Amino acid sequence: MTTLLRKAYFAICFFIFTLITPMTSPFADDIDAQINALAQGGFSDRAKIISALAETGDARVAPALDALANGLLYIQKLGGKVVIIEKAGSNYKLTDPITLEPLGEEPKGAFNKIKVNNRLRRGVRDALGGLRLRSKNPTDRLAAAEDVFKSRDPAAIPLLDAALKTEQNADVRKVMQQARATAVLFSNKEASAKIDAIDVLTLRSGRDSRSILLRFAKSAEGDLKQAAEKAAVTIEGALAAWATAQNIWYGLSLGSVLLLAAIGLAITFGVMGVINMAHGEMVMLGAYTTHVVQDVISQSFPHMFEVSLLISIPLAFIVAGGVGVAIERGIIRYLYGRPLETLLATWGISLALQQTVRSIFGPTNQEVGTPEFMSGAFEIGQMAITYNRLYILVFAIIVLLTLMLLMKKTAFGLQMRAVTQNRGMAGAMGIRTDWVDAMTFGLGSGIAGIAGVALSQIDNVSPNLGQSYIIDSFMVVVFGGVGNLWGTLVGAMTLGIANKFLEPYAGAVLGKIVVLVFIILFIQKKPRGMFALKGRAVES
Amino acid sequence: MMTPFIQRALGPRTYIFIAVVAAIVIGVGVLNLAFPEDHVLHVSTYIVSLLGKYLCYALLALSIDLVWGFCGVLSLGHGAFFALGGYAMGMYLMRQIGSRGVYGHPELPDFMVFLNWQELPWYWYGFDQFWFAALMAVLVPGLLAFAFGWFAFRSRVTGVYLSIITQAMTFALLLAFFRNDMGFGGNNGLTDFKEILGFDIQTDITRFGLFAASGLALIFSFLMAQAIVSSKLGKILIAVRDAESRTRFLGYKVEKYKLFVWTISAMIAGVAGALYVPQVGIINPSEFSPANSIEAVIWVAVGGRGTLIGAALGAVLVNGAKTILTGALPEVWLFALGALFIAVTLFLPKGILGLANQLMVKHKAREAIKTPAKIQEAD
Repeated sequence: MTTLLRKAYFAICFFIFTLITPMTSPFADDIDAQINALAQGGFSDRAKIISALAETGDARVAPALDALANGLLYIQKLGGKVVIIEKAGSNYKLTDPITLEPLGEEPKGAFNKIKVNNRLRRGVRDALGGLRLRSKNPTDRLAAAEDVFKSRDPAAIPLLDAALKTEQNADVRKVMQQARATAVLFSNKEASAKIDAIDVLTLRSGRDSRSILLRFAKSAEGDLKQAAEKAAVTIEGALAAWATAQNIWYGLSLGSVLLLAAIGLAITFGVMGVINMAHGEMVMLGAYTTHVVQDVISQSFPHMFEVSLLISIPLAFIVAGGVGVAIERGIIRYLYGRPLETLLATWGISLALQQTVRSIFGPTNQEVGTPEFMSGAFEIGQMAITYNRLYILVFAIIVLLTLMLLMKKTAFGLQMRAVTQNRGMAGAMGIRTDWVDAMTFGLGSGIAGIAGVALSQIDNVSPNLGQSYIIDSFMVVVFGGVGNLWGTLVGAMTLGIANKFLEPYAGAVLGKIVVLVFIILFIQKKPRGMFALKGRAVES
Repeated sequence: MMTPFIQRALGPRTYIFIAVVAAIVIGVGVLNLAFPEDHVLHVSTYIVSLLGKYLCYALLALSIDLVWGFCGVLSLGHGAFFALGGYAMGMYLMRQIGSRGVYGHPELPDFMVFLNWQELPWYWYGFDQFWFAALMAVLVPGLLAFAFGWFAFRSRVTGVYLSIITQAMTFALLLAFFRNDMGFGGNNGLTDFKEILGFDIQTDITRFGLFAASGLALIFSFLMAQAIVSSKLGKILIAVRDAESRTRFLGYKVEKYKLFVWTISAMIAGVAGALYVPQVGIINPSEFSPANSIEAVIWVAVGGRGTLIGAALGAVLVNGAKTILTGALPEVWLFALGALFIAVTLFLPKGILGLANQLMVKHKAREAIKTPAKIQEAD
């Protein structure tokens, strides 16, 4: 009887106590007392305390609120201390709700659960959202603002207003304002505030803000409806522009891959006229060189992994170039003037090289790691750009320009062009035509090897790597115009962009087929490519 | 008019070729069907089908030799015509399965039921009739070749460029047939055939029938090719091969001759594919892969370009070696094939038959020096 009376007495005391707490907040800075008060009173009292706790903006209250929502906040029957529990057999493992210090274990019977209902859980969620809006970590604040943006909860407006007063980070501010704007749209504020909100959302110009505006336009009327619809159209235009930009980027990226794969062929096929079907295998050799270099580095010099690709580039050039020179001296030089036979012989070489690599490394894909500076991505507006693709594009351009310089400005380039244009006359002028042939073929092959280093970053390094590039490479060289490096550049980029623009309409495979058919038809019209060399040198 | 055309095709070599093919077909047939399975002389049905496959390859090689050896057009896309013929036959065989498929649909092939298709696409109509499928196996490759050649030869795409765009053609078809929505079974292609013309496709007698049909097709195509190349038309084709511009300047419409022989060649390749599919029991997009077409070209090169018989011989020899090597030493096969490509182009530009010819000519010349009187006789 006495215990019952005592319970009732306590209950009444605490009831009164908690009733006045949120209004007068005598313990506003005393979070501990407020959390202890959570255990008392009914659901509505608890809701008030939760909002009061949220008002404090103190991150320390978050664990307790979280535990409350999850039903893990208990009160000690004796002493009335509120704790977070974790089940451990017949005992509870106790944690202090504020300091998060462990308080040992005690039997289950000594505790009462603090009950929650769905309304309280929602309150906790909002409160936590508000707390996260003032978190010390900017990414947390950003994520919280994005959450409000998605929930469009008008109740979050005061929280956002409070957070905006102190917010310094420009990015977070922007998102907070956008989140506030969505909340305003779905609140019962006056029309002028909503017009402002529409303007803010227009500037976000994302797919999400567009759908929010459209949803708002459905329920709105008059000027507001018009303004929202107009904003949605504006966003649509901006989105389309971004999508085009993204497509162009993807196209350039694919084009750079094609360019890399084709530059070497532009030398061996374009300049020398050798139908090198083993070109793809030179790319493969470059990729495997990268794999071996990384293997050695990770075993012996792990700290050098970041520069592994830089080390691989000259090595890949030497390996692929050396194989190229060997092929030229061993086989191709006997077949000059017999292009169809060259085609068959080099195809045979490609089969042998594939099988060699398969025998040494096995038929499975080999792992090639990506250095830190090449991983990740950044965003421009609505456009995502990955670093590895960006580096490959830059690399492809550098390789092309270097090659052009070599061809136009060095003695070797001059000799190379002389031999291509008139072998007999070049020989008569004292150029060692054999030597130039071997070096030119080695150069083309070496560049294919360098391409392999870059392509190992985005493709599977397997014995079949080269096969997938050989047809594309020939298409690029033939399309761009044989014997013309600028043509190769324009050809690669055109085909890359065309491919990516066809993809949304036709799908990846059909897009590729369309491009192939287009090239077949194009060659009928201009058999020497877009930028054909003029003059008698071309016709032999 | 027609008789001399055929007659010119008949030389001692032709007779020998026909006799050898016929002897193989009849001999293997007898050994397979007349002797019981445990008999020493019995030839297993597996061998019959294997040889039937070789004969189809020989037919494909023959078609390539017709355009490459006699007209100088190196096609790296003949596998496409072969595969198209194969698909036409495969579609017929699929329709013959009827309700015996896994899903038991009376009309739709299994893969269409699997893809939730409600009715047969229009291009599958008519393939329940054998005559229609057989016609399509010739017509579809023929039409594709005609359209392709019409554009390519008129705009004077020659040499390596032509080879590369034929390769692009077969590559494009490869990608297209991999797509499920094309309605040709996608990745898996067409398979699980049950019967052809009412005969169970698994029985020995049907297998032999298909083998014999391949032999017959080879003989007839050989006769036709021989007739073409030994006619006046054939002389012009050889002129185009050796000096295209000069032939044009002499007033011949080079592209018409090329287009004619190119289309005929594609049709022969289509027939080869149509006979190939029931014997191997499957057709899938990998038949379109550019590597297959190039491999077929090397058969011709090994046997001897521009000899017709050599092409057939090369196809059988290389594939025989492939069967043995891939079984015994799978690692070595690609090395061997690669080496074959290189060795043939470097050391045997005229192939095995060309080498035999050369030796024979040398031998004759030596004989002639020994006995000058014989020269007059030969003259």
